[in-house]
Amino acid sequence: MTFRDYAPAPESTAILKLQKSYGLFINGEWSDGHGGSMTTISPATEKPIAEVALADASDVNRAVAAARKSYDTVWSKMSGAERGKYLFRIARLIQERAREFAVAETLDNGKPIRETRDIDIPLVAAWFFHYAGWADKLDYAGLGPKPSSLGVAGQIIPWNFPLLMLAWKVAPALAAGNTVVLKPAETTPLTALLFADVCQQAGLPAGVVNIIPGLGGVAGQALVEHAGINKIAFTGSTAVGRGIARALAGTDTRLTLELGGKGANIIFDDAAMDQAVEGIINGIFFNQGHVCCAGSRLLVQENVQDEVVEKLTRRLSTLRLGDPLDKNTDIGAINSRAQLDRITAIAATGEAEGADRWTLDCEIPKAGFWFRPTLFTNVTTSHTVAKDEIFGPVLSVLSFRTPDEAIAKANNTPYGLSAGVWTNNASRMLRVVDSLRAGVVWANTFNQFDPTSPFGGYKESGYGREGGRHGLAAYLATGGAR
Amino acid sequence: MNRLAVPKTYKLFIGGKFPRSESGRTTTVSSPTGEFLANVAQASRKDARDAVVAARAAVAAWSGATAYNRGQVLYRIAEMLEGRAEQFVTEIVQATGVKPADARTEVAAAIDCLVWHAGWTDKFAQVHGGANPVAGPFFNLSVPEPTGVVALVASSGNGTSLLGLVASIAPALTTGNTVVVLASESAPCPAMTFAEVLATSDVPGGAINILTGSVAEVTPWLASHADVNAIDLTGAERGLATECERSAAETLMRVIRPGTFGPTECAFERIAAFVETKTVWHTKSLS
Repeated sequence: MTFRDYAPAPESTAILKLQKSYGLFINGEWSDGHGGSMTTISPATEKPIAEVALADASDVNRAVAAARKSYDTVWSKMSGAERGKYLFRIARLIQERAREFAVAETLDNGKPIRETRDIDIPLVAAWFFHYAGWADKLDYAGLGPKPSSLGVAGQIIPWNFPLLMLAWKVAPALAAGNTVVLKPAETTPLTALLFADVCQQAGLPAGVVNIIPGLGGVAGQALVEHAGINKIAFTGSTAVGRGIARALAGTDTRLTLELGGKGANIIFDDAAMDQAVEGIINGIFFNQGHVCCAGSRLLVQENVQDEVVEKLTRRLSTLRLGDPLDKNTDIGAINSRAQLDRITAIAATGEAEGADRWTLDCEIPKAGFWFRPTLFTNVTTSHTVAKDEIFGPVLSVLSFRTPDEAIAKANNTPYGLSAGVWTNNASRMLRVVDSLRAGVVWANTFNQFDPTSPFGGYKESGYGREGGRHGLAAYLATGGAR
Repeated sequence: MNRLAVPKTYKLFIGGKFPRSESGRTTTVSSPTGEFLANVAQASRKDARDAVVAARAAVAAWSGATAYNRGQVLYRIAEMLEGRAEQFVTEIVQATGVKPADARTEVAAAIDCLVWHAGWTDKFAQVHGGANPVAGPFFNLSVPEPTGVVALVASSGNGTSLLGLVASIAPALTTGNTVVVLASESAPCPAMTFAEVLATSDVPGGAINILTGSVAEVTPWLASHADVNAIDLTGAERGLATECERSAAETLMRVIRPGTFGPTECAFERIAAFVETKTVWHTKSLS
């Protein structure tokens, strides 16, 4: 018997009352989609969860028309205080139904229940609660006098934090007085569809929130190119973000983008090593590494490299990979076959290009999509695993000698979303933080999120911020911009 | 006997120096009544790239200067401009045909715009950034930082040959960005004389680079340049702006579309358009 032989402790799915099939949520009601349908599956078992209707361009038209009508006739005329109360209601309903949402998210996404229960869903409620309070205080957001809403916002979100990304988009948009058409990711529509039910329970006026599952190339593209949209907010890959920016050239549609990353996690020799090792693991193996701000490049000072790698592999060996619904699971399933193939292919370049590979020795379930936590050492800055975003549980270890070298290597990427610094020398920490070209820097911690804290990238990680009063700017017109 | 005047050779302003266009090209500039004014340099793609290299090299010095110091340098530009106000009035009248009183108003507005921005340098971070009360034992601070190298197309409209240029570069400079600016195509002379003001104002060489010539020819090279972080298309016509915005998408360059700000507008939001917000978390504990 080893430490891995815990008895299973699965969270019950009895709390979920799912329908066999889901339509599109447009104008406060369910309706059929005209873009066919798809079966959303559990990536941990490949078993079907529900049938989901897909939107085509005509459905996008209907959704935008509903959002426009509700903007013109209801939402833009309502006082900020009343708008805020709807958002407070939503926050409370999410809290009341938190366990149900956590189970649904884990089922549909494959991430461990420990994360959906303790991180994703509590943050969703916090996001709505935070922005609820902004709705009647926009004049105090420091964005210039009398900011005004933009109109209808089209929002396209990814599959890695499905409901949390919905909250990041919907809460500030509604608080600022906009109405929304939201397209969830193809592989994770479930919690967005359950959120439609929350909107109904909250009595949210019809058309303020419209949710249309669909394919990126069909519904996503139609939404981006729709003339009735005033603002597009997108979170996803840099390649798709580029395409959206290109498509919106010459229009008046506002755009914010939260794209890829290749975050550097810098470990100095004076860091508190045990905490740093926990932080490194949280930085890259949280959510199976499906995190745009993951600390996927470990930059470790040369004189402590062996010690850090040894501690890392020892700690990684205690991680439990398996059923995401099990409360003891640390590493869940990869979200889709396509993503698994992508991770597998990039990881293969690591060995082919000469890096040394270490992989967690563990059983993987027969069905579903799984990738063992992987570490590459002997990595140089030109290796593919050091340059490309892998979006999976793969860490590349590089070394440095001086702070200047660490900074240069950390910034040696077209991305600029996140970075980490581990040192007990506060002056050095602040100086390094100043030099890093990244939108979020975690010092002696990693992967912390909060609705009051702005999040977003430099360079090719996109533009605009989500969170706090900075996040409101993405949904308001101020000053000369009007 | 009347003394023969000594006319000035108008060149480019790159890296703190006044080079001719490497292409050897010039273009004739006339007054609205058709009178010959000057042969100004017609900047090429290579000139634009040289200007970006100079601007990138100056980022460390200008963004690394203290906010107090940047404020003093911007104020110094205003002082130098004030001292040469009458020369600018004369040049603006010649270049654009406006009445002297209107030119005087424009010069005064340009000086005041610089003073306004000089005062913002050490206040902007306080107003735009701040502490975030996160739900946990963390120090959490958001600070604005310059986005880096900013390319700008200054307005070509009447009343903007000097003011349009100043109003476009000052917001970017305030927070520590360095700039490459395309001067008014129809009336470029005041802009190049303004470069002489800059050259005597303690501005680090390369922090401000000014190009003259064809906006339609040069702007696309800046919009597709991978080392330009943001582009302000305020002075570009719609078709050109759309083409440039499309190129800028390739590097996710920040784009300020025409009409976002008035050609001579001085606004907090215009300063905010060229910053990135960095949020820093640190743990708090007694151990």
